[in-house]
Amino acid sequence: MQTLLRTPLHDRHIALGARLVPFAGWEMPVQYEGVIAEHRAVRSDCGVFDVSHMGELQVEGPRARELLQSLLSNDLDRIGPGKAQYTLLTNERGGILDDLIVYELSPARFLLIVNAANTVSDLAWLTDHQLPGADVSDRSAEYALLAVQGPRAIERLGLAPARPFTWDTAEIDGIEVLAARTGYTGEDGVELLSQAEDGEQLWDRVVARGAKPSGLGARDTLRLEVCFPLHGNDIGPDTDAISAGLGWTCALDKDFTGAAALRRIKEEGPARRLAPFVMQEKAIARQGMAITDPPGEVTSGSHSPMLDVGIGMGYVPAADAAPGTTITIDVRGRERAARIVDKPIYKREQLDP
Amino acid sequence: MAAEDYPADLKYHREHDWARIENSEATLGITWYAQDSLGELVHFEPPEEGQPVSMDESYGEVESVKAVSDVISPLSGEVLEVNRKVVDEPETVNADPYGEGWLIRIRLSDQSEAEKLLDGEAYRAFLAER
Repeated sequence: MQTLLRTPLHDRHIALGARLVPFAGWEMPVQYEGVIAEHRAVRSDCGVFDVSHMGELQVEGPRARELLQSLLSNDLDRIGPGKAQYTLLTNERGGILDDLIVYELSPARFLLIVNAANTVSDLAWLTDHQLPGADVSDRSAEYALLAVQGPRAIERLGLAPARPFTWDTAEIDGIEVLAARTGYTGEDGVELLSQAEDGEQLWDRVVARGAKPSGLGARDTLRLEVCFPLHGNDIGPDTDAISAGLGWTCALDKDFTGAAALRRIKEEGPARRLAPFVMQEKAIARQGMAITDPPGEVTSGSHSPMLDVGIGMGYVPAADAAPGTTITIDVRGRERAARIVDKPIYKREQLDP
Repeated sequence: MAAEDYPADLKYHREHDWARIENSEATLGITWYAQDSLGELVHFEPPEEGQPVSMDESYGEVESVKAVSDVISPLSGEVLEVNRKVVDEPETVNADPYGEGWLIRIRLSDQSEAEKLLDGEAYRAFLAER
């Protein structure tokens, strides 16, 4: 058996009594106190996640932009230094090799923060398509990455206000970080990139400022409530961006790998669509369960801590994907009704008095 | 959350279920260890009242946010009652696994089966070996 990798914060997780699980080759905290308490802390105040398992790939050089423009779906010319962009790495069929955020560090230097499970394959893909003048390197081991998320995250960290999808250098109690206004929870917040050796100290400072240690369990329920896809569940090399509802990340007026296939799918209309749903009966749909009517498959399913019902996402025929449509899911041999809803499943206003 | 405990007046099954036997009836539930392993429960899929249950076989499911687990019956019999409080508020099991968090009550079909179950001390020892 392969040894699990550990983040720079592993000792902190042990000390906090986290329940550790294998995830994408890493030993990661799935929860500390409990998924529901952590989830609610992020929705109401502020939580901190160790996401140091994610990969950091750097592309640098006079042709860095050219290389990325040819491989990534979104248009890098829409951003500039100090900005970040959600984008896809696509194959020739328009399938999604990874979804990632690209940070423009300077006009000739970009940082890609990628899913842990795909770091090695993304690096190989970039290297296989390498251009002279665009050097690709894996910087993952150099960094710790903390996601500090929640309506009070910025205030608790003492950061200046900034727009979503921007980044800046900052100091948190004397520790240098790159603070990016990005995240995976649907809440305001930042992702803090520090030198790996500063990771423990940064974690301690952020926790001392009132962020609740939160695990991958809450990270998953938070992202599902706001319908952010999870690569490996909802999207993958055999699912295209149009069917997944990610057409907005694809600049089809430029040329990139898979653009022709995606243009065709968009023109013809996808056969199926990724649709969010809410259970209409007491039951929790899970990844891999069959949608029996209309025929489809659940790609993510869990309990929603905010709505206190089963929620999920799954692929259904495009003709049956409209919000309001009732679908039937086979929950371990029992037929259970769910309703397709608008994105996001959870909206903050719903619960505000 | 309740503190770890395995009361002496209960019988235990190795699949982390308990039984409180009273004459020809028994109340069933999951152990402190089971609820701790699963985390906060968010769903209990109960059996029908009147349905038969068999020793070592599943009679329902409990789910936390991240996990689903079959509930194994420690004894055989017929379901007399389902704990509706747990159906409505599954977290009751975490708060009080041997009290308000019971799952079902059954009429026993073979009282001799109880001899195959563990007492609290033996169940503790079984957990320690794992």
